Amino acid sequence: MSLTLEKITKVVDGELHINDVNLNFEPGSFNVLLGRTLAGKTSLMRLMAGLEKPTSGRVLMNGADMTGIPVRHRNVSMVYQQFINYPNLSVYDNIASPLRLAGDDKKTIDRKVRETAEILRIESFLNRMPLELSGGQQQRTAMARALIKDADLILFDEPLVNLDYKLREELRQEMRELFKVRNTIAVYATTEPNEALALGGTTTILHEGRAIQYGEAAEVYNFPDTVECAELFSEPPLNLTKGEISDSEVTLDQATHFPLNADLAGLGRGNYIFGVRPSHLALFPVNEDDLEISVKVELAEISGSETFLHVRNKHLSLVLHLTGIYQYEVDAPIKVYMPTHKIFVFDEDGKILKVPTRLPIVNQAAQVTGGLQHG
Amino acid sequence: MAEIHLRQLAHSYSANPQGHKDYAIREMDHVWEKGGAYALLGPSGCGKSTLLNIISGLVTPSEGQILFDGHEVNSLTPQQRNIAQVFQFPVIYDTMSVYDNLAFPLRNVGKTEAEISAKVKDIAYMLELEDVLKKKAKNLTADEKQKVSMGRGLVRDDVSAILFDEPLTVIDPHLKWKLRRKLKQIHEQFNITMVYVTHDQLEASTFADKIAVMYGGQVVQFGTPRELFEKPEHTFVGYFIGSPGMNFFEGSFQQNELYLEGQLISLDKEMKSKLAITPYNSLKLGIRPEFVEVLDANSPLLNKLNSNDNDAKTALLESCANCFKCEVLLVSDLGTYKIVTLKLGDTEFKARLPEEQTVPSGSVYVRFPGNWLKVYADEYLID
Repeated sequence: MSLTLEKITKVVDGELHINDVNLNFEPGSFNVLLGRTLAGKTSLMRLMAGLEKPTSGRVLMNGADMTGIPVRHRNVSMVYQQFINYPNLSVYDNIASPLRLAGDDKKTIDRKVRETAEILRIESFLNRMPLELSGGQQQRTAMARALIKDADLILFDEPLVNLDYKLREELRQEMRELFKVRNTIAVYATTEPNEALALGGTTTILHEGRAIQYGEAAEVYNFPDTVECAELFSEPPLNLTKGEISDSEVTLDQATHFPLNADLAGLGRGNYIFGVRPSHLALFPVNEDDLEISVKVELAEISGSETFLHVRNKHLSLVLHLTGIYQYEVDAPIKVYMPTHKIFVFDEDGKILKVPTRLPIVNQAAQVTGGLQHG
Repeated sequence: MAEIHLRQLAHSYSANPQGHKDYAIREMDHVWEKGGAYALLGPSGCGKSTLLNIISGLVTPSEGQILFDGHEVNSLTPQQRNIAQVFQFPVIYDTMSVYDNLAFPLRNVGKTEAEISAKVKDIAYMLELEDVLKKKAKNLTADEKQKVSMGRGLVRDDVSAILFDEPLTVIDPHLKWKLRRKLKQIHEQFNITMVYVTHDQLEASTFADKIAVMYGGQVVQFGTPRELFEKPEHTFVGYFIGSPGMNFFEGSFQQNELYLEGQLISLDKEMKSKLAITPYNSLKLGIRPEFVEVLDANSPLLNKLNSNDNDAKTALLESCANCFKCEVLLVSDLGTYKIVTLKLGDTEFKARLPEEQTVPSGSVYVRFPGNWLKVYADEYLID
């Protein structure tokens, strides 16, 4: 079954929640809706499910207009942020409930409940009550209930947000496995770029009710259409600065200069917005044409195995994403290195003009151990 | 401020504890030095909240002593211990102004209004609350309220220690790093003993100079963020710190040789003699995904060969120490890096590669550099 959203708009109390969204979801596809809080992810999902009617536009399933058809006449499942189960039913009965409603026979129900519970690794908890389980197990129960009825469309509204990060890691990987062999359309909403990349499939970036870019996750990540897309699909966000290209040099924020290189020469003189990925900045020079910038440390945020280093000087404010652990005191003066050939260039309206192409191969071992010596 | 010493401390909620299982905190000896920035990190149920409540005086330990600067405080109330606490949710007086909220702890101990005014202004400046001092607390945003809550903890300079219990839970994600910066600045400025309790590795490693990782009622490692990453002393630390966590393999030690999934591991003499005398029930080998080398034509090892002779390459790979042929199961492109899932023998493991590196499908050679391959006997590091 395919699902098409055609010119969907939703207005609530005079406020535009969804603005002219056109999307197509293929049978068996895994689709991520990526956007910040209030971007319209939940609203769009409720429209897909039939929990809401669009103000204008059509929802088509397999080409047939389903716009006015309420949720109970559609074959749709939904998993929410909160772990929603029937508290007075056992895990077994929770998972079985959609099939009982559909009037399946006892034997089929038993077989499917056990199969589904096994996939989600909760087969040993079938006789327990949901509230006796951990958050992760409760959410697995809710997922099992959504999966068991072979819905045409399964909607996940930030299902992992209330779990700790170790569980999130595990469940993310399982989600991919789960949908490899299904014919269901899965739609998964998240605020986290890294989750969208980890889940793979197609990504739609939602911003202020509009679908601003759509495509394979890696494609959208590597080739953002606009500044907004690049910012929204990068955690930490892409470092952005205004700047200028003259006949001979590039100037960032009127203060930091470097000679015009072959990569940027074709763009011509003028004002631009430049972007550099946090992971492309380094604490030591990697290539000859790297630009040295003196900065002060605002904060070294350390996440177990990686460091997000916030730095700034009078003109620039940058974030570095480093593999390994680097501890710095607040306000420590350091130097950072910007690869002048790995720069995204946007026009003044934020439209992409150039994505970096020269990606030199750096051996990872050298990078990690070298980094550790420096830090 | 004070040094906090937990001496032979243990706690059981059961009146008649029988074994390890009955203890929320298993016997420990632990010192939080004066003026340090510490974190207590662990998953839910590990005992970290119990330990925090024991330090603050909300729970009396069933065994052992808590010493503040060498004096036992077991029977003292939180007030008598002079501990400030900042909780998950802001604790403030809604109907009072921000100024009065910050002044409250000082008025309680009888400071003069002049002293109070000076101190409140200092704290308000530091926490960037100057513009809202006259506002009623109930009209503040969630993060402003939490800043006031922190300010109430910081306003007295005579406290023994400040305890933070997941203080950034209610803060908007993009504001969190600013408050983390504030907390670090405050610590660098005042050098108050601070203990920060959290289940989040980012919160813990960003704030603390040293982290106590708790698991099953025990502190399994007390170290710097870098030590937890580079040299986990317990398999739980390897698993819990880092995303993804450390890879583990079954190990065996026979006739003075160490094997990983049946493959010989090169090992120095010192390590061999340690292994020979260490008693254990289970032996594991661990390596972090960041340190697994996936060998390709650009690896230093093959680069040296300077030849396109494939047989020579294969021979080199087959003979190099700790190099193994693995099955490639999955390559996950996370934009800034790749996570590759590989299989060696029966064990799946992960490698983290830079975005530029390509990985062939089918099979690939990996190398486990000896200095990053750790040996664990009954879950504890042999070092």
